[in-house]
Amino acid sequence: MAAPPVAAQERTQQTDDPASFAIVFEDVSIAFDEKPVLDGISFRLNKGETKAIFGVAGSGKSTILKLALGLVRPDSGHIYVLGEDVTAMREEQLFDLRQKIGMVFQESALFDSLTVRENVAFRALEEGNVREEDVEKPVRESLSFVELENTVDMFPSELSGGMRRRVAIARAIITHPEILLYDSPTGGLDPVTSTTIIELIVKQRDVYKTSALMVTHRLQDAFVMATHYFDRKSNHMQPLPPGMRGEVPMGFLILRDGKIIFDGDVHELAQSKDEYIREYIS
Amino acid sequence: MELISPSEFAKEKVEAVQDYSVLASRSVGNLFRFPRYFGDMVQQADLIGVGSLPIVILTGLSIGAELALNSANTLQRFGSLSLIGQLVSVGMVRELGPIITGLMVAGRNASGMASELGSMIVTEQIDAMRALGTDPMKKLVTPRVISTVFMLFFLTILSDLLGLFGGALISTFLYGMDWRQYWSTGWQILVFQDVFMGLLKPVLFGFIIATVGCYYGMTAKGGTQGVGRATTQAVVASSVLILVTDLVVTKLLMTIFAYH
Repeated sequence: MAAPPVAAQERTQQTDDPASFAIVFEDVSIAFDEKPVLDGISFRLNKGETKAIFGVAGSGKSTILKLALGLVRPDSGHIYVLGEDVTAMREEQLFDLRQKIGMVFQESALFDSLTVRENVAFRALEEGNVREEDVEKPVRESLSFVELENTVDMFPSELSGGMRRRVAIARAIITHPEILLYDSPTGGLDPVTSTTIIELIVKQRDVYKTSALMVTHRLQDAFVMATHYFDRKSNHMQPLPPGMRGEVPMGFLILRDGKIIFDGDVHELAQSKDEYIREYIS
Repeated sequence: MELISPSEFAKEKVEAVQDYSVLASRSVGNLFRFPRYFGDMVQQADLIGVGSLPIVILTGLSIGAELALNSANTLQRFGSLSLIGQLVSVGMVRELGPIITGLMVAGRNASGMASELGSMIVTEQIDAMRALGTDPMKKLVTPRVISTVFMLFFLTILSDLLGLFGGALISTFLYGMDWRQYWSTGWQILVFQDVFMGLLKPVLFGFIIATVGCYYGMTAKGGTQGVGRATTQAVVASSVLILVTDLVVTKLLMTIFAYH
């Protein structure tokens, strides 16, 4: 059995320099229609770490991902992504930064007028000076990562919800971004498909060491991610050996009423005395 | 319906004008920035131009024919039926060709753009495009604006010609006018000012159709109902703007060219 990955960077990182983190939120607030959604939240995502974000519907989980990408602007506070302050950047500058970030949207957000091949190749082709023949190989590789090579010529409308979600992952990872943002990647899917997608996310975390934020309602998915690692030999997710629980770069963040009420690892979550958190995880 | 204060209403309208102005200016400004999406421009030109051919042919022919039919009656009373070619020619080239083609293309394409972009907004495809590092203004808006301006220009010329042809059919077969006389008088009456006015208008109308259609699409809110609302608003706003612009431009050019 291959050795499980160890969250080396996660707990040793001491510096306050935003450049040494994948994402830093500093006192970020945002309101929609004068209703506060996020109220001065601060957290850090270490490089190579995957952090699961929980909260009730409308608590601002997806907004955190859109803020990190610069798709929406906060009312106050600073957001640093790979050391760059996205709150101070113009839209034109953000396009360059977004090339280093992949996002999987809640409803996949595949371009419905394009085939799977064109969807997955979209970013590679947009980066310019690349011919369609040149992207065929990375498209195939990306689709093979999500085990959907046979769908290249299909349109998104011909795919099931789970397949669309996997194509969205393939599209997000084709250029090997430094950060991945997953918005409810398993929402509304059956348990078998959900496990497949969680396995892909764990694979991305453990094989490519990609930093990631994952919004989810499914606590069991995050627990699986915290207690499993990706075994390259068997090409499957495996449970961590006894005594190594929490030794994967996996964090938990819980939102309530626009504030972060928990930010820690699976051990700290399990030991939390907060009544709301106890109820949430029970 | 929710009631809002007059100041809030005014603020919303000013913001809408501001957002529209930004979109309109960026759609032109993007022509001078990379990347330029020529493939998308050709695709849109095909959808807008070739796709609009049937309605432009039909309306151009029928408007010219109706213009001839209606004016022939009056002209006959004054014994001036020979002027029918001139009347149809000036009417079509200066006014009816551009405005009818503009309104037809607005009905067909402003709605199409608003619904397509609106659907992309509500299904997060526009956000996905931005997330993938592509500027939707460059990729989606600019090609539509350029293609509409370009294609409406030629569609209007086609509509003018078909209008004259429709008028010729009525004048010849119903009123027994000489075919050659109709065309030669219709041709001779046209001066540079008429043609200039007739060809400037489609450029302005094309810009209005595409920018208004894209604006309503890109600002669609509230799911499928919002997309439907955006589509309707796009057609109404672009049609009204075309009519107002036509009036202003006609008066302005008439003053400049000192028409009597």
